[in-house]
Amino acid sequence: MSQLGDKISAKCDGINYEKIDRMEAFNQFVKKKNTFLFGITITFLTFYILLPVLAFTPVLQQKAVGSITWVWVYSLALFIMTIILCTLYVKMASKFDKAAAAVLQEYEKAGA
Amino acid sequence: MNLVSAGFFLGIVGLTLIVTYIAARRTSSASDFYTAGGGLKGWQNGFAIAGDYLSAAAFLGVSGAIALTGFDGFFFSVGYVVANLVLLYIIAEPMRNLGRYTLADMLTSRFNEKRIRGVAATGTIIIVILYMIAQLVGAGALIKLLFGIEYWMAVLIVGVMMTTYVLFGGMTATSWVQIIKAGLLLFGTTLLAFLVFSKFDFNLVKMFDTVSTNYGDEYLVPGMKYTSTIDSVSMMLALVLGTSGLPHILMRFFTVKDAKTARASISWTTWITAIFFSLTIFLGFGAMHFVGFDKIIAENAAGNTAAPLLAEFLGGNILLSFICAVAFATILAVVSGLVLTGASAISHDIYGEILKDGKLTEKQQVLAARIGSISIAIVSILLALFAQSLNVSFLVSFAFCIGASANLPVILYTIYWKKFNANGAVAAMVTGLVSCLILGALGPNIWSPTGNAIFVGEPIVNLAVPAIITIPLSFFAGYLGSILTAHKVEQAEAERVYKEIRVKAHTGISVQDVSH
Repeated sequence: MSQLGDKISAKCDGINYEKIDRMEAFNQFVKKKNTFLFGITITFLTFYILLPVLAFTPVLQQKAVGSITWVWVYSLALFIMTIILCTLYVKMASKFDKAAAAVLQEYEKAGA
Repeated sequence: MNLVSAGFFLGIVGLTLIVTYIAARRTSSASDFYTAGGGLKGWQNGFAIAGDYLSAAAFLGVSGAIALTGFDGFFFSVGYVVANLVLLYIIAEPMRNLGRYTLADMLTSRFNEKRIRGVAATGTIIIVILYMIAQLVGAGALIKLLFGIEYWMAVLIVGVMMTTYVLFGGMTATSWVQIIKAGLLLFGTTLLAFLVFSKFDFNLVKMFDTVSTNYGDEYLVPGMKYTSTIDSVSMMLALVLGTSGLPHILMRFFTVKDAKTARASISWTTWITAIFFSLTIFLGFGAMHFVGFDKIIAENAAGNTAAPLLAEFLGGNILLSFICAVAFATILAVVSGLVLTGASAISHDIYGEILKDGKLTEKQQVLAARIGSISIAIVSILLALFAQSLNVSFLVSFAFCIGASANLPVILYTIYWKKFNANGAVAAMVTGLVSCLILGALGPNIWSPTGNAIFVGEPIVNLAVPAIITIPLSFFAGYLGSILTAHKVEQAEAERVYKEIRVKAHTGISVQDVSH
């Protein structure tokens, strides 16, 4: 798109997305956020998909406590993991919110 | 039907109709109709998502499956719970930041093309109809069983009620029906689980020992239903990734005002589903021990009435009536959400945006939404009347498989991949959808040598849910489609749009939020 087109579209909704996208603070924030999000996602998906893989091996079929076998313990651990990672996300997300707000503030200060 | 059960049913029907009446007076714009004006609070939307999530298949199906097959039934519980994390970590907030009413709205915020909207709307309608038939067939069977009403009449009753909620109350009424139902379901399940646990002296080991001694150790490990690793891995993938691709779940993120509230919603849903699905162990083992296989199977071969039968054992007619009324509310809430989602694809995406170029007045939009709701309701009621003998849990897991294959890859690419383009988007969606339908048609739910599927014969693809093939295939098609056609796309313009999407998705910035 031409320079002129850029100016028009920026004028139309009042926000210069190109400018925010070029900001170093924005890029650092997005990088940090994505590393966290995808790092944790890959981790929990790995633990999750290991359940049906290991469930059919003797590893998880042995008894842990009384008649309770390890598959149940592993499943319960996945429940607990979900609650812990949910809490962690909420905590981290409010930090990201602050970082995003700081980026927008910097953008506003610089003048659109 | 006796007086107590009639009382519970009338109570639930009355309560939901009052909610609909109040909501109807507030529903005047398209935004009210599709997304409750975006005004739901975090906890409300969290309960409503849980209400969508804990369908009859989850409540009746999972506890029945644990009662009949032990740990194999619990696989579902684990899948439903962990799926919340996928929603929370990578879907909910960008979805809220980019979308308006439908999944197609979110995709077209990056690729403003009618073909993208068309394909996305088609996928939505297919998933909604499959899911809806499953719910209606289940509802018909359940109500027939409980009250001895004819199947066709039961389907009609549920059909008329769901259409009433959606038609008059839109998303506000639908959400409140889901909230009320999620609360009732959580209460009912906790009560049943508590009563079961008390009979085992609140000793978990004693409960498992009882199952082991009386019924055998095979109930405490997988293998009664799923015998191959690859089959169960495929199903587990469909569950955990499919949730984030189900249009009626995605639509719920548009009912809140910002990304922060979308996040709070899923946080609530995570807690509710984690608690609920932990309790399914008690319901399942309780039904196994106190009701017994013979009686469960005699009532319903798939075990769908295990939980109501357990309620009857534990609390007699009153508890049975209460649990049945809750199950009824569950079905109503889920099908209402589905009608609304289907209607949004027909009337907003296909009629409003594709056929009329978005040039509809507010009044015409609401009228179109109501006509869309009636059409999707009529189609699914008619299909449900003919689909009585279909395997319900197969239809549900298939809807998850399509969600995971046709929708999730395209959503992820749209938000996170710079080089993704419109051709890649169409390639990913069409490949995901078509590969699911083809592999499903060649699979063991359609073909069986023993004759317990639709056709007699050897299945060509021996996977009940083909997610393990179709999800990577869709990701690959999206990648290939984008790379191969990269030279045909106006790169500068494509990059400009992606930058805008990236800023919006990560900061939640929009016209309303920043004043310049």
